[in-house]
Amino acid sequence: MNTVISPVPALGPALPEIVLAIASLGLVLLGAIRGDGAKRLIDWIAILALVVAGFILLEGQGRVSTFNDAFVVDGFARAMKTLTIIGSIAAILMSSRFLTELKIARFEYTVLILLSTIGMMMMCSANELISLYLGVELQSLALYVVAAIHRDDAKSSEAGLKYFVLGALSSGMLLYGMSLVYGFTGSVTFPTIAKAVTGGHGSGVMIGLVFIVAGLAFKMSVVPFHMWTPDVYEGAPTPVAAFFATAPKMAAVAMTTRILIDAFLPIVKDWQPIIAFAAIASMVLGAFAAIAQSNIKRLMAYSSIGNMGYALVGLAAGTVQGVEGVVIFMTTYLAMTLGVFAVILAMQTGGKRVETVADLAGASRTSPALAFVMAALMFSLIGIPPLAGFFGKFYVFAAAIEAKLFVLAVIGIVASVVSAFYYLRLVKVMYFDAPAPAFQVAPLEIRGVMYAAAAFVIVFAVIANPIRTMAAAAAKSLF
Amino acid sequence: MQNLLVDYLPLVLFIGLSAVIGLALMIAPFVVAHQNPDPEKLSAYECGFNAFDDARMKFDVRFYLVAILFIIFDLEVAFLFPWAVALKDVGAFGFWSMMVFLGVLTIGFVYEWRKGALEWD
Repeated sequence: MNTVISPVPALGPALPEIVLAIASLGLVLLGAIRGDGAKRLIDWIAILALVVAGFILLEGQGRVSTFNDAFVVDGFARAMKTLTIIGSIAAILMSSRFLTELKIARFEYTVLILLSTIGMMMMCSANELISLYLGVELQSLALYVVAAIHRDDAKSSEAGLKYFVLGALSSGMLLYGMSLVYGFTGSVTFPTIAKAVTGGHGSGVMIGLVFIVAGLAFKMSVVPFHMWTPDVYEGAPTPVAAFFATAPKMAAVAMTTRILIDAFLPIVKDWQPIIAFAAIASMVLGAFAAIAQSNIKRLMAYSSIGNMGYALVGLAAGTVQGVEGVVIFMTTYLAMTLGVFAVILAMQTGGKRVETVADLAGASRTSPALAFVMAALMFSLIGIPPLAGFFGKFYVFAAAIEAKLFVLAVIGIVASVVSAFYYLRLVKVMYFDAPAPAFQVAPLEIRGVMYAAAAFVIVFAVIANPIRTMAAAAAKSLF
Repeated sequence: MQNLLVDYLPLVLFIGLSAVIGLALMIAPFVVAHQNPDPEKLSAYECGFNAFDDARMKFDVRFYLVAILFIIFDLEVAFLFPWAVALKDVGAFGFWSMMVFLGVLTIGFVYEWRKGALEWD
């Protein structure tokens, strides 16, 4: 019998993930032995591990791959992984005090965030269907538990259960689509699939593609697979919602971009209408549904649905400029979303947490710094120059116009104008309404995230060029 | 294409045969068995007593915990058998993969032990 002994593959490209995996296993042991009393120590070790992983990640150069090309690290993966890591660090930083107040400061929270981060980084690097699915599952399973971390609260349990059931459904659709694509192309690796679909393909590939896109749409929470988002954001503890709105979105957009560009670029004409439809539906729903929301977390859920729509506009173009736009847009989206959630976490009066629009009334007089930050973030979310949000939207719409998707760009800009209504309403409530009870001074880490996000949004115009150069290099590495 | 389909012929035969045997065993009692029901024959039988309560009773959640923990370590063994048999063929990579897997499971075991999942009360 002829046997092939497979050599140990090169582990270098996956070193950041390995560091995080070892750290999370070590922290499980530490937590099991020392108990929840070691939560603070565990938080700091986790943040340290994330920072180390980030530095190792950015040390790398060029395109490297390992595990038989199942795992690839290129400029695009590095960019999206960096954003993911930033989101995870912020989620751990902003959560510790909040969870302590609710008496749910379990060390498992931090470990689960680390584990899901590993999953997300795998999603950014997956170059074949199997490793992509493994990444998705590792991320999702950890997130289901994190959503229900406040297990004695009915809403949090509901959020966890809803997310679990719908997430399992989407994983099923993803798998079904993958099996069809594998069956009709004979391969699971993206480059081979791309070769197989070049110059004609059967309807089986098309059905598989639709199922895969539907599964990915669930993970990105774009219309028509968005139903879980508002309930989960509202039900989950606020730091968890902040995490859900940032890091997993980066990874989901990254893997969608990679699979559509690397595996299905030859049939761009087939998936372009699907992505364009999802983009239009998300932007419109995000703009109109948020108008009626009084809970800021729910409002941000609809806002994030709309923002995913804008990101898909860039992807629908299917060009280098489009992907570049997506990277820039996701960078600005990360900063703005983290900033807004930091503001929500800072909203605390008399030891009680509040999260409705009315609670912000007159904040410009009672807490001017908070109101200023929130106003800057809102103007940025609308897309007013010279704030960061403008550049994000500008590059995705420019790419859409260059790809002759005029309808998409026009609807996007109209939706953007409509969404200005509810963003501006928040500004109006803060600056012109009679003051509600004043907020307490927020903890240092919350203020830190808040001011950092505001500073990033405001000075973005100055650093736009280097960021654009990096995004362009990242986008080129995909093509 | 033709050859590919022919390769699957045994599988089709197998599925067809198992369907036929399964259905035959299920349908035969209705056709050949002697049926003469009365209320006593149809009532639930519990060692001569009348049934104490509904069959849909609540289970202690700890049963599920024990069952899940059992499945994890049952699967571990299920992986270990083929690995042990094929150890010569899988080489160093296969060996170390299994060691990592066992290490992860052991850490999980320490966690559940310390968390008290193995204690009944």
